Amino acid sequence: MSDRPHPILVGVAALVYLFLMVPLVIVVGAALSDTTYLTFPPKGLSLRWFENIFEISAFRRTIVTSLQIAFLGTLIALLIGIPAAYALNRFRVELPNWLGTLFVLPILVPEIVFGFALLKSLTAGAGVPIFAALLIGHTLLVLPYVVRVISASLASFDFSIEEAAISLGSAPVKTFFTIVLPNVRAGVIAAFILAFITSLNDVSVSLFLTGPGISTLPIQILAHVEQFFDPTVASVSVLLMFLTVAVMAVVERTLGLTFLAK
Amino acid sequence: MTQPLDLQSISAHYGTTKVLEDLSLSVQAGELVSLLGASGCGKTTTLRLIAGFLSPTTGSITLGGRDLTRLPPHKRDIGLVFQNYALFPHLSVLDNVAFGLKQRGLGSTERRKRAMGMLERVGLTPLADRSPGALSGGQKQRVALARALVIEPPLLMFDEPLSNLDAKLRVDMRVEIRQLQRANGTTSVYVTHDQEEAFSISDRVAIMNAGRLMQFDRPEVLYRRPANTFVARFVGFENIIPFKVTARDGAAVAAETAGMTLHLSQAGFGSIPDSFLLATRPDGLAVSTDPDAEGLPAQLGLRTYLGRAYQYQCETPAGRVVANGSLTTPLEAGTRVKLVPVPEQCTILPAEGAH
Ligand SMILES: Nc1ncnc2c1ncn2[C@@H]1O[C@H](COP(=O)(O)OP(=O)(O)OP(=O)(O)O)[C@@H](O)[C@H]1O
Ligand SMILES: [Mg+2]
Repeated sequence: MSDRPHPILVGVAALVYLFLMVPLVIVVGAALSDTTYLTFPPKGLSLRWFENIFEISAFRRTIVTSLQIAFLGTLIALLIGIPAAYALNRFRVELPNWLGTLFVLPILVPEIVFGFALLKSLTAGAGVPIFAALLIGHTLLVLPYVVRVISASLASFDFSIEEAAISLGSAPVKTFFTIVLPNVRAGVIAAFILAFITSLNDVSVSLFLTGPGISTLPIQILAHVEQFFDPTVASVSVLLMFLTVAVMAVVERTLGLTFLAK
Repeated sequence: MTQPLDLQSISAHYGTTKVLEDLSLSVQAGELVSLLGASGCGKTTTLRLIAGFLSPTTGSITLGGRDLTRLPPHKRDIGLVFQNYALFPHLSVLDNVAFGLKQRGLGSTERRKRAMGMLERVGLTPLADRSPGALSGGQKQRVALARALVIEPPLLMFDEPLSNLDAKLRVDMRVEIRQLQRANGTTSVYVTHDQEEAFSISDRVAIMNAGRLMQFDRPEVLYRRPANTFVARFVGFENIIPFKVTARDGAAVAAETAGMTLHLSQAGFGSIPDSFLLATRPDGLAVSTDPDAEGLPAQLGLRTYLGRAYQYQCETPAGRVVANGSLTTPLEAGTRVKLVPVPEQCTILPAEGAH
């Protein structure tokens, strides 16, 4: 048999790439257009719609809020999710099976329902301030992903390695940080990125929890397109994409640094 | 530095299932003791109790007079070698070995010096900077050994350290382990389910069955004088035939079983109870075609070729037994023979229920 991939395989792969890339190309193209309406291919080239984002104060504010919520929410979810995933795997034999399922349940609930339930209980019910409610909502939204992804990477971790470290005199908590965590770093990075992006792009949960004065970027985009048809939405989308890529790069660099240095 | 280990009537449970029952075991300072037994008999559980990863339901564990029973595992100062090596994947070979020294607060130059010295003893100096993922099984196990030895623990424990290695390497490594252990004089507990491995490297062997200690003695004693039918079968006494003493005359004893009388001298066996079991390996029953021989009447069944002998499945009035016959005269199935016990190759066990 030849080493060359089958032509059909090449064709399908090319189609998939096309399918994935075309929307991106269109959005980037539309964002660069010099027109006052959304169009593709772009007519003329200009960065004025990128400038426009920062001229609209609502965009400026919501970008900051979205980044804050996504960053803090992901961090809190990691602080809860890493120990939870560790316990679920370390004591798999001793713990009942349904406990693991419990952490995945929020994924099964439609996000709209989830958002509405949070509105009822947090903002309307307990009078939690909007920012805090958003933070709680997003933390809960991304927690299942964090637990799942880190569990998957702990599943292939051999806990006798941990016991070896303990027998050599390393206290259990210290062992967790020096031995367990470095070996699931890839999982932590993946969980961080997945959670951050999920939070940054969320509409359904935020829709219910945003309120006067505080909103997130996706909600602001929705509000904007209801009134305007200019290329600002496209340029915001491009900005959002770059932010995501930047965050991924930063996370890879910082969390992955010791890994690369090895 | 060498210290005795003492287990006092330990019992252990997983949930409600009892996995160890009333286990007492004393390992002398500098001694290597193996725990030997079938899968699931509680060997690993015993190690985990000593290491502190599991608490006994009852009983106590002391090491050199220090009570370990309630001490957390990281304070027990025990070197562990695991079946799957359990090396730290994110650390170099050198850092793996130096890990325990770091926990003991040694400075980095001292750590490096000692770890390199230990790596030299196990012949791994050139691999110090490798990552464990890039080592062969035998090399990994040497690193694991070095990592456990370098902290100079008063107790070393091995859980089937060689079972992932191929046969040849297994034999080489066990000699190496024994030499290192001897040189350091470190008290050691070694878990294996390989009888040859246990007998070859241990000062004493503890044979376990279903969470209980069946016999604890030197390999030579276990091999020649098992104390009960379980150990007897375990070390290869396949034939266990019940006898009753019919006459005693000084040291001479006559005993009888279905169709034969056996003459024994008490001298070789210590005391012989009135009712006992004669245990032999297949080599301990001579196959005789002489109809007048004083032996167990038998009819030969299936014959298999062992290389050094033919082995026969035999039907006798005392049940089915296995005997080895000479290579020069292969006998056919159905032949009627006498099986004559060779006293030097037999041992005597108390009758079932008598102990
Ligand atoms: N975490 C656990 N929960 C419940 N039962 C367990 C657990 N670990 C072991 N057991 C049971 O305890 C018994 C003893 O297990 P142990 O691991 O000590 O056996 P072992 O002698 O080391 O066997 P092997 O030679 O297969 O390693 C077995 O019957 C096993 O099924
Ligand atoms: Mg075991």
